[in-house]
Amino acid sequence: MSMISVKDMCLWYGEHQALKNVDIEIPENSITALIGPSGCGKSTFLKTLNRMNDLIPGVKITGDIRYEGTDIFSKEVDVNNLRKEIGMVFQKPNPFPMSIYDNVAYGPRTHGITNRVQLDEIVERALRDAAIWDEVKDRLKKNALGMSGGQQQRLCIARALAVQPKILLMDEPTSALDPISTSRIEELVTELKEKYTIVMVTHNMQQAVRVSDYTAFFLLGELVAFGKTDDIFSQPKDQRTEDYITGRFG
Amino acid sequence: MLKQSLSKKRKGYEVLMKAMMLLSVGLTAALVLFLLAYVLVQGVPNITWELLSTKPSYLTERIGILPDILNTVYIVLATLLIVLPLGVGAAIYLTEYASNQKVVGIIEYAAETLSGIPSIIYGLVGMLLFSNSMGTCLMAGALTLVIMNLPTIMRTTQESLKTVPQSYREGAFGLGAGKWRVVRTVVLPGCVDGVITGCILSVGRIIGESAALLFTAGFAHAVNGIIDGLAAPGATLTVALYVYAKEQGEFGVAFAIAAILMVLTVLINFAATLVQKHFAKRRSL
Ligand SMILES: Nc1ncnc2c1ncn2[C@@H]1O[C@H](COP(=O)(O)OP(=O)(O)O)[C@@H](O)[C@H]1O
Ligand SMILES: [Mg+2]
Repeated sequence: MSMISVKDMCLWYGEHQALKNVDIEIPENSITALIGPSGCGKSTFLKTLNRMNDLIPGVKITGDIRYEGTDIFSKEVDVNNLRKEIGMVFQKPNPFPMSIYDNVAYGPRTHGITNRVQLDEIVERALRDAAIWDEVKDRLKKNALGMSGGQQQRLCIARALAVQPKILLMDEPTSALDPISTSRIEELVTELKEKYTIVMVTHNMQQAVRVSDYTAFFLLGELVAFGKTDDIFSQPKDQRTEDYITGRFG
Repeated sequence: MLKQSLSKKRKGYEVLMKAMMLLSVGLTAALVLFLLAYVLVQGVPNITWELLSTKPSYLTERIGILPDILNTVYIVLATLLIVLPLGVGAAIYLTEYASNQKVVGIIEYAAETLSGIPSIIYGLVGMLLFSNSMGTCLMAGALTLVIMNLPTIMRTTQESLKTVPQSYREGAFGLGAGKWRVVRTVVLPGCVDGVITGCILSVGRIIGESAALLFTAGFAHAVNGIIDGLAAPGATLTVALYVYAKEQGEFGVAFAIAAILMVLTVLINFAATLVQKHFAKRRSL
């Protein structure tokens, strides 16, 4: 079953068209990698799915985007609830300048959970799920900005998990990290797909092959190819896809 | 040949420039030191406990500046109490909510211009706006100072709102936080330093203001509580300095007040620096 279904979606930043007639069905409990040269619209596409583009003035979107069958732009949809269901992890780790605990508790508190015991539980579970509990359990009250980049990114993943989303959008989550942190996050993402649907932008072909089940290849705002990662990489149907994944441009 | 003479000329020029710069630096430093020393030497010997703790009395021909000290405190408190919510609120609205960037630009430009207007003009306007309706009183002075300081508070708050990284806002929105929650929990804590710096600058300006208050708050030297004090005319320290020096020829008292104001100014600048250092440290964490 597909969690998100996008039909004939176009997006403009003012006069500039950044996405052209995108059709895609994102399957449940799987990892979909978005690849393509920079500037091709991967981040733009990702940010449309939880309506983060609403924050940018002058954005126009047409087409049909459905999350579990509901049009995400319909009047009945509360954008804050949508973002609770569809969480996001950003390219650069962006923990808030507060304690580790408060970072993870931020989302649940936003959605009305104030009970201390309940919060403690949620925070611990999120930190465990993000594979960082053992490293931080003794310093939950310390400022999150004192952590290393890799830890900060896993904290941001924990922060996103704490609101119990169904989908996790990740925009090049490892591009600012060292190789060791990168492989930890890759491991983590592979584990997370048991419970979550993950859409991940990546610049790194090996990473797409290592972790993803499906791959979508964007070029100049168009979705050129979409399918099982194995198929896309072993027998690309489109010449442009082949050129890109074999490193002939990008 | 040619080369040598050129470089000699250049060298001479450089030495001359350096000497002139040294001279201007020395002159500036000397002026500041002279001013400080002069005021302190003239003023400090006149500062007595009696001066600080009494009000002037015609019977004993004694001068005390307690009312002026109290008036200064009252007017600082009243002004800040009103100008802070207004200025901070306006700044938040302009940076976080307003969607028409053109209007925002115009308002910012207006605020910039307003803060350059001579204070006596504020006094004139304040007199017409406030003193004519509520009478000459500290409150009328405070309201005038509110108008004067509003642009300062607004601009310093705005500047520090702009230093709050966009990624914090994105992170919070991405978790499903609404606008006001993002502002309250992520943006505002990041601009506390700007608000405090703005406050300190404003306190300095309020304490130093005379022209605008001469028009609006009057010259009285009565000891009052804060509520009665604000409703009555009264002189702040700066205004009292003017009155004692210009109208009563009491230069001893005037210099005593001057010395106090000078020390206060130094302390306020010092506090501003401390606050900025403290927050810069926290930010780089
Ligand atoms: N906020 C924005 N305003 C205007 N144009 C934008 C904005 N963000 C991205 N773009 C443009 O949209 C295109 C796609 O950008 P993006 O989605 O960031 O690409 P990618 O993530 O694949 O590198 C680029 O041409 C970029 O310049
Ligand atoms: Mg991108």
